[in-house]
Order: sequence, then structure tokens, then C-alpha cells
Amino acid sequence: MNTELLGILASFLITLLIAIPLGKYLAKMFAGEKVWTDFLKPLEKGIYKLSGINPNAPMDWKQFLKAMMTINILWLVYGFFVLMFQDKLPLNPDGNPGQTPDLAFNTIISFVVNCNLQHYSGESGVTYFTQHFIVMFLQFTSAATGIAAAVALFKAFRDKTTQNVGNFWDFFVKSITRLLLPLSVIVALVLAFNGTPSSYAGKDQFISMQGDTVNVSRGPAAQMIAIKHLGTNGGGWFGANSAHPLENPSYFTNMVEIVSQMIIPIAMILAFGYFIRRKKLGWVICGVMTVGMLMLMIPTISSELGGSPAIAKMGVSQVTGAMEGKEVRFGPMATAYWSTLTTIVSTGSVNGMHDSTMPLTGAWQLLGMMINGFFGGCGVGILNYFVYLIIAVFISGLMVGRTPEFFGHKVEAREVKIAALITLLSPFLIMAGTALSSYLFVAHGNADWAVKPSAWLNNPGFHGFSEMLYEFTSSNANNGSGFEGLGDNNIFWNVATGFILILGRFLPIIGPVAIAGLLGQKKYVPESAGTLRIDTVTFGIMTFAVILVLNALSYFPALALGPLAEYFSMIK
Amino acid sequence: MKAQSNKLFEPALVKTALKESFVKLNPKLMLRNPVMFTVEIGTAVMLYVTIYSLNHAGQGSFAYNLFIFIVLLLTVLFANFAEAIAEARGKAQADSLRKTREETPANVVLEDGSIVSKSSSDLRKGDYFVCEAGDTIPTDGEIVEGLATIDESAITGESAPVIREAGGDKSSVTGGTKVLSDKIKVLVTTQPGESFLDKMIALVEGASRQKTPNEIALTILLASFTIIFIIVCVTLKPFADYANTPITIAALISLFVCLIPTTIGGLLSAIGIAGMDRALRANVITKSGKAVETAGDIDVLLLDKTGTITIGNRKATQFWPAPGIAPDDLTKAAVLSSLADETPEGKSIVELAATHTEIPQTPAGATFIKFTAETRSSGMDTVEGNRIRKGAFDAMRKMALNAGHIVPAEVKDRVEAISSNGGTPLVVTYNEEVLGTIELQDIIKPGISERFERLRKMGVKTVMVTGDNPLTAKFIAQKAGVDDFIAEAKPEDKMNYIKHEQASGKLVAMMGDGTNDAPALAQADVGVAMNSGTQAAKEAGNMVDLDNDPTKLIEIVEIGKQLLITRGTLTTFSIANDVAKYFAIVPALFIASIPALQSINIMRLHSPESAILSAVIFNAIIIPLLIPLALKGVEYKPIGASALLRRNLLIYGLGGVIAPFIGIKLIDLLISLFL
Repeated sequence: MNTELLGILASFLITLLIAIPLGKYLAKMFAGEKVWTDFLKPLEKGIYKLSGINPNAPMDWKQFLKAMMTINILWLVYGFFVLMFQDKLPLNPDGNPGQTPDLAFNTIISFVVNCNLQHYSGESGVTYFTQHFIVMFLQFTSAATGIAAAVALFKAFRDKTTQNVGNFWDFFVKSITRLLLPLSVIVALVLAFNGTPSSYAGKDQFISMQGDTVNVSRGPAAQMIAIKHLGTNGGGWFGANSAHPLENPSYFTNMVEIVSQMIIPIAMILAFGYFIRRKKLGWVICGVMTVGMLMLMIPTISSELGGSPAIAKMGVSQVTGAMEGKEVRFGPMATAYWSTLTTIVSTGSVNGMHDSTMPLTGAWQLLGMMINGFFGGCGVGILNYFVYLIIAVFISGLMVGRTPEFFGHKVEAREVKIAALITLLSPFLIMAGTALSSYLFVAHGNADWAVKPSAWLNNPGFHGFSEMLYEFTSSNANNGSGFEGLGDNNIFWNVATGFILILGRFLPIIGPVAIAGLLGQKKYVPESAGTLRIDTVTFGIMTFAVILVLNALSYFPALALGPLAEYFSMIK
Repeated sequence: MKAQSNKLFEPALVKTALKESFVKLNPKLMLRNPVMFTVEIGTAVMLYVTIYSLNHAGQGSFAYNLFIFIVLLLTVLFANFAEAIAEARGKAQADSLRKTREETPANVVLEDGSIVSKSSSDLRKGDYFVCEAGDTIPTDGEIVEGLATIDESAITGESAPVIREAGGDKSSVTGGTKVLSDKIKVLVTTQPGESFLDKMIALVEGASRQKTPNEIALTILLASFTIIFIIVCVTLKPFADYANTPITIAALISLFVCLIPTTIGGLLSAIGIAGMDRALRANVITKSGKAVETAGDIDVLLLDKTGTITIGNRKATQFWPAPGIAPDDLTKAAVLSSLADETPEGKSIVELAATHTEIPQTPAGATFIKFTAETRSSGMDTVEGNRIRKGAFDAMRKMALNAGHIVPAEVKDRVEAISSNGGTPLVVTYNEEVLGTIELQDIIKPGISERFERLRKMGVKTVMVTGDNPLTAKFIAQKAGVDDFIAEAKPEDKMNYIKHEQASGKLVAMMGDGTNDAPALAQADVGVAMNSGTQAAKEAGNMVDLDNDPTKLIEIVEIGKQLLITRGTLTTFSIANDVAKYFAIVPALFIASIPALQSINIMRLHSPESAILSAVIFNAIIIPLLIPLALKGVEYKPIGASALLRRNLLIYGLGGVIAPFIGIKLIDLLISLFL
């Protein structure tokens, strides 16, 4: 127990020790100040020259978003066709088939949007070619897209009044060359030297002690696992993700992977404070997010260590906690720690089966993804949090008797309208999706489909409801983890989650960037004693309350019918 | 008008409001308020369900449905009532002002100069009328000829008569006030039904009431909450089907109505109207609701020195004799030089002297010498030929030196000392010999520095505008505690100052009365014109102060802040309430098929039916319970924004979470007695 606790405390401490200087570095680097990675400038210049881009051209928020959307749509089209015809392309030593149109649709969207839902298994659903040029490529670019969008928001508030939110290409390229690529190289090397395969050969074979011939998939996995975590992507090389012994061979690699997925989200929050020259704001937001993380993590750890009430009823002692679906080399606490972090930061990689965690743990995992703003994914975490901030600023501005202001920019009807739309988008997508699937399951269970709706769920009942809820929540949050046990590789789930993925990704990027752009253009009102300061603990508490109440109100009935009903039925 | 009742629920008003609450059920009118409109739709559906349940099973008993229907209808009516009572109060307030201008005969001057008597309601813009002592002024206008003392107590409640005269900045007269002396000729400036007061009444009445920008933003936010809860309730049906739980329409609609922010939705317009009404109670007519709201955001307040920061004019505070001169000689000479001086300064010299000596009689046959710009002195020549003068130091020194007298260095020092203390020195001479100095000082209004301190805590910067020289201005500014001053101010200086502050993003408020204030009043974000001011000034500003009280701006700022705070706190309260309602209704919906969910029923409510009823009833009665708060406004405390947020978050946020748990439980206990 104590060693386990020490393990996760050390993980978090190391995360902070890396994230704090990284945050300072990111602020300086994106602001164009002198940093030690400036030696990469010639490389960047080459890229710009090759693509005919002027990285210094100022962009207003509309131009910025246009650039961002154009390149993302390009990747969507490109990836869709490559995935469908991957069997005819090189680097396919295992002879894997091309993807069906609906699976390709879902897969390409899920990688472009930094979700990595993976309705396929890495061993058989993709080839080395697509793993590289679709999956890994998009793991870099989707993370960089999110980071670039967040930096646009930073930029809008750095100067008193500005039209310019910065150049998309500049931020995008720098995110890769100055952040993701160097860190990935380091992490990939560490993993490769600790047992993660990094070979281009096809399946390996051995004969087990029982005499069976066992085929073992491998491939250049270490590279991808590095960026899958650093970029909060989460898509595994292997189907079992980081629970797989080759993807995550030891407690050490487990620590490396969990640390890698947290450092950029935390660093981006701190970078926000440094970038807009309000260091304290970064720390207050970071504090709120840490409290939120602990609020989800502590009960998760406690319920996992407590073991399953169902097994306890049978009189079986569970000294090691709930072990179903967990890897012995990690233990329940490191798995619980991981499960909380992977759901709040939208990585969605797993080192144990979320389907097997305790019902209440499932509720915390769901809530983490529903909130999606406690650290959150690369760049997009701060964008999601920003929407909560605007609503908190608006309500508390009224409460202190002043037209609400965000750093000297008045928050008026137009900004509130965008924030309100983004706020209701998540409940709409998650609840409407779950409602639709519930309806089909109940009313059209025997529809004449390739996979009948009645065959979707391994565990009908409350748990089955949680599985469907989880799938839509994970899609909307661009998380990508799954409550497995859901038959999701079929037209309904591929298409439904595909749409939710794309809406749940881009609208929550467009909205905050638009708000920031609109606010940044407004006249700057100097602070006075009557101005509500937003870099205070009081305002932090207000934001926290807004986040909790908004999400609790939106999802309480769904959570009550899924994990809560399961939990209370279990302990009865 | 000051006699009007301050009771919140005047029986007569309640009666009108009750009637109005039913009139407002008209869906066309309800559409203005999206939150309550959805409740009305829910109510209509419940009516249908109630009738349906008369002879069909499956949707609960008829009595239960009927009861829910009634409670929902009451919810809508309560919200309508809140708006109606706020309107009725505002109207009553405005009417009481309007009553002062009952039909009175007006002596209209025709073009040929003849005078005919007409009814005041027949007066049109551009007509002229005359009023003599004892007449009631028939309508608003501007004096074009003459001067009169006027009793304005009907409007301001102030019994001291005021002087209004043609030309100048105090040329406006208000209908309903009374001429006490003299005769004036007045130009009618408004058409009947178009006075500021009429416009204000229209604002309160709703037809022309426009939502303020802030109100629009809040409505959008509330609408989005409403949509979230529509999503929650609509999706609950397939969820429940999955869980094999039949949900009655009554339960679903109850859940919906409980969740959407009906409390703030129902009170929102009442809060806005009450804000204008509070301004009216402070005797300020606002031309738009937006102006009140903007007042809460004011960063800079421009205040005239005279009358606002200092009491009227300078007063003599001390006599300083020159070396070798007996104090009494100086005092006597000072009084003699001022006996004929009608200026406030001159009078104050006599008043000061009277506190320690006997006032000498005006010597017979003396000639008074009036102040002129050339001599810059005044006084008297006695029959004996003695020349007594008082005046500015420079002028008096020249006079003394020309006559061959010396000017003692002590006098010069004294003059400088007085100047640097913000005072005005006057030198007194007797036959060109310098006797000493009179010190005149501005008297700062008692309590004004505390008000400025309060403003500073609100984050409002105060700026004093004065015609004084910079030295004097600085001294008074420091003494009164204002943050900045404009000395030797010309009208365009005000304008420039306002533009300068606005360029840096600040909102500026000012008060003015003269025609030359008009451009600045129009430029300021909140321009308050004094009712006594010129028509041009009143047209330019966005508020008119009937009391002509220059400190009124401070009250207006607080009214604006209160308005926003009331909206913010009630929104918070409304949303926070939902937590408890969930804990009441969600278990009630599912307990029948999922008994394990009894664990969420933390209030231990009696039965699913009683739980739903209690939640709906709580949701309905909280609206009338909060009407007084909405009308009076949540108190503003200048304790700093963060502290205020903490305070309101604790009271309305945490309080909003806890209160319904207690309320719903109590209602449930009561209901369970009957079930």
C-alpha cells in the first residue's frame, strides 16, 4: 500500500518538476522570445519555404480558424482513402485488410480530432504504413492543432487591444518542432530501451510450454507510444493499449507514460499565465484543476483499493483491492491513478480495463470526461476551461455589480451566446447519442442490421447503459478510451460517434478562439477597485463551483441510471 | 410626492398586479421571457394530461395531475405577478409625479401680445404663457423673460423657494410648481405626453421597454440552461425505457419546470423595472434602462466644486490685522466696506464680524463704491471723505503704493499663506493705508470625504471641476479627498477630460445644468442634467435629477450596481437550487423500478408523488418569496470586488444549495399528512 502510494506521489511530483519549467519555456517560445531551441529555426524556415507560408503574417481570429480548419479537412480526406486502401499499400507485413468505409470514416475522424477511439485493434486493423503516416502523423498534428489554438487564445489577451491572434502556421509548426518532436524522441528512446518493440518485422512466433504456436504482433511501437501520450492522443499500437505487456512492459515505463501524458496539459496552463504576464492566473487555474483532479482521483483510488462488493459478498478476501481487468505489474493504485488522469486529460490510453473498474470509478471516469477541463487535452483543455471561465466571469461580474470583464474586456451578449452554445453542446451530444442508442436497443433490438442493436451490449442492465454512455462521452470529450464490452465496430457506432467526435472537437475549439478574438478586439478597460480580479482564490472557487454545478445538473440523471444504479444495486 | 408610501405591497397596486398577471398569460407576451414561456407550454400540456387522466389510466390519478397543473399555473402567475407589481409600483411612482400637473388654467400669450386663458392640456410646444405670483406653472418650459421665486416642493420635497430666471443656467420651470413672487414668461418645450416623465412611464409600462445589453446576455445564458434541461428531460424518456421504468408526463414536466431557472426567469424583468423605479424614488428620471445599468459601471465621476463638494460660496473665516493695527479697527473697516456688498462673500464678512463685535450702523450719507473689473475693489466713501476699500492684494497694493504708503511685509506673507491654503485673501485699506487681510475659505460639505472614500472603494475615481486657480483647486481637492481636479475649467475642458478618460476605456459620469454643459453631458456615458437646468442640457443627458442635487450621482452609481448584483445573485440562487431538486425528483422517478436508488433520496421524502409535488411547490413559492428582494434590490457593499463575490457566493450560492433541501423537506412533511 505504501509503496503503491509512493509510486503515484512520485509520478505526480516528477510531472510537476517537468511541467513547471516547460510551461515557462512554452510561454517564451510561443511569444517569439529567445529560447535555447532557436537552433531549430533553419529547419522551420525550410518548412515554411517549402510550403510557401509567411509565418509572421498576423491573423485575426477568423483567418486563424480558417487556416486551422482547411488543413484539418485536408487530413480527413487524405486519411479516409489511405485507410480504405491500406491493404494495397506497402509496409503491410501481416497482410492486414483495408478498412470498411464506415470504420475508415470513424478512424480518420478519431485521429484528426485527437481522440483515437479505435474501433479496430492495432494488430489487425491497420498496417505499419497507416500506423506511421496516418496514426502517428495525426498524433503529432492533432496535438499541435490544439496547442496552436490555445496559443491563439493566449495571444488575444497578451496585449491590451489586438486584432491579431497570431499566425496559425507559426504556432502549429513550432508546437511540433520545438515541443512534440524533441520530447517524443526522448520518451521513445526510454521506452525502446525498456522493452517496448521498435522493429519493422512482422509477427513473431514462439511455441508455448503447452506446445501451442503463439503469434506475437510487434512493430515500431515505441515511437508511437511516446507521441500517443505526449500529445494526449491515447491510441495504442496494440488493441489492449498500455495494458499490453509490450506497449507498457514495466512499472517504470508505466511511470514514464503517465508522466508524459500530463506534462503538456499542465505546462500549457502555466504557460497561459506566463504568456499573458499574469503568472498568478496560471497557478490559480492549475490549483482549481488539481483540486478537481483529486476530487475524482481520491474516491477512485478508494473504491478500487476497496475491492468489489460482489466478490466480498462471496466471502473472498481482496487484500490487493479489485484486480479484475488490472495488470499485476501496476497494481490497483497505479491503475486508478492512470484511469483518472487519462479521463481528465483526454488521452484515453488505458493500463487496465475501465469496463472492469468499480461502478463508482466508472462514474468518476465519466465525470472527468464530461467536465473535460481539468487540465484536459493538449491545448484544448485550456480552451474548454476558458468557456467555464467566461460563464463564471459573467455570473460573478453581475454579483459584484459591474458589467462582467475578462482582463479588461467587457463580456457581452455575443460572447455569452457563444459560451452558452458551447456549454450546451456537450450535454446535447452525449445525451442525445445515448438516448438514440438506448431507444434503438429497446425499440429496435432486432432490426435487420449487420450487428443487431440487441447484440451491442455484453452486459445489459445498468452496466450496459454505462457502456453506451461512456462511448458517447468519450467521443465527445475526444478522449478515446472505451468501456469495452460494447460492440462498437458497426455502422451505427462508427457513424454516430464519428459525427460526435468531429462536432465535439472543432466547435469547442472554434467557440473559445472566437470569444478570445472578439474580446481581444474590444477596448481595454483599466482595472479599478471595483473590477473583479480573476486571478484570485475566490474566483477560482467560483469557477470550480460553476464547473461542478453545470456538469452535475447536465448529467446527474444519466449517471444515476448507469454507474450509480449499478453501485447501489451492488451494495444492496 | 415624497409622501408616497414605501410599502412594497400597496393593496391597490396588488389588485392591479393580480389582474395583470392573468392578462400576461397571453403567449404573445410570454414569448419575451423564454424561460417562463416554456413553463407556460408545460402548464398547457399538463392541462391536457389532467383532462386525459379523467378517464384513462397510466398517467397517474386525476387529482395528482390536477394538483401539478395548478402548481405550474401558479408558477407562471407568480412570475407574471412579480413583473406586474414592479410595473404597477413604477407607474404609481410616476403617476404621483404626474399628478402634480393636473389641469390648470394657463395664460397663453398670443402672437399679437394678447393673453387668453387655456387649459394646460391644450398647450403645445412653442406656445408662450405667463405666470404671476400665486400661479401654478401649467407645464414644463423655459423662462424667456423675467425672474421669479418658485416653490418646487411638489417635485423635490424641498420647501425653500428657488430662483429661476431667463438667460442663465437656471431657466427651466417644471409643471406643477408654484410661482411665489414676480412674473415670468415661459416657452413651452414639450408636447403633451412627451415629457421625460411620460417617456419614463412608457419605459416602465413594458410596451417600449427594451432589454438592456446586460439583460439580453443574461437571457441568453438562461435560455441555454433551459435548453440543457430540455435535453436532460427529453433524453430521460429513452433512458427510462431502457431501465424499464414508466415515467408519467406529470413527473417529466415537473422535473423540467423545477430544473429550468424559473426563479431568476420569473423575476428578471421585475428586477430591471425596480431599478428604474428606485432611480425614480431618488427623484431621478432615467431616459432608458440602459443608463441605470451603465451607472453601475462608472469609473470616473466629474463633480462641480461649488454646491457639490463645497457649500455654496466662499466664506470669511478670519481677520488678520497688519502690524500695529488694532483688530477692531480692521474688523470695523471690513464691515463698512462690505455693508453694501450683496455678494455671498461680502455677507459672510459681516456675519463673521457679528460673532465678535457689534455691527456698526451704515453711516448716514455714505456713498457705496461698487466692484468693477478695473479697480478690483469695493467699499464706501463716508461723508467725512474717508475712503474704505477691500479688494484683491495686487490692486490694493498698487493703490497704497501710489498714495505713498508702504505695504508691510507681514501682510504680503499673510496673503501668500492664505492662498497656499486654498483660501482667498482680501486686503482692507483705510484711506489707502493697509489695515490687514480678510481670509475667505471654501467650506467643504460635512461628510463628503466619506462619500468619496466609499466611491473609491467602489473603484470610482472622483474629479473636481472648478474655476479656481490650480493652487486653490489642489488644496480643496486634497482636503475633500477627491482623486483629481480640473482647475480654471472652461466648458471644453470638461469635454476634453471626458474624451481623454473614455479613450482609455473608462466610463464617465457627470452632472450639469448649463447649455454649455450640454456637449459634455451628451459625451459622458451617464449625463445627469439638473431639472432646473436649460432644456438643451436636459435633452443632452440621459437622466434628469428633479432635486437638482449634485451629489445624486453617487446614489445613481449605487442603484446601477444594485441592479446588476440583484440579477447576478438571484441567477446564482436559482441555479444552485437545482441540486436539491435533483435529489428530490430523480429518485422519485426511478425508485419504483430501481429500488436501490432509494439511497439517493437523501432527504428521505415520503413517497415519489410527495417528492415531486414538494419540489414543484417549492419551485413555485420561492418566486413570490423573493419578490421583495427583487424589488428592493440586493444591498451593495463597497468592500472590494473579491470580498463582495465571496459574500454573495456564500449567501446566494451556498444558501441556494442548502435552502431548498430544507424547504422541500418541510413541504414534504406537510404534504405527507394529507397523502
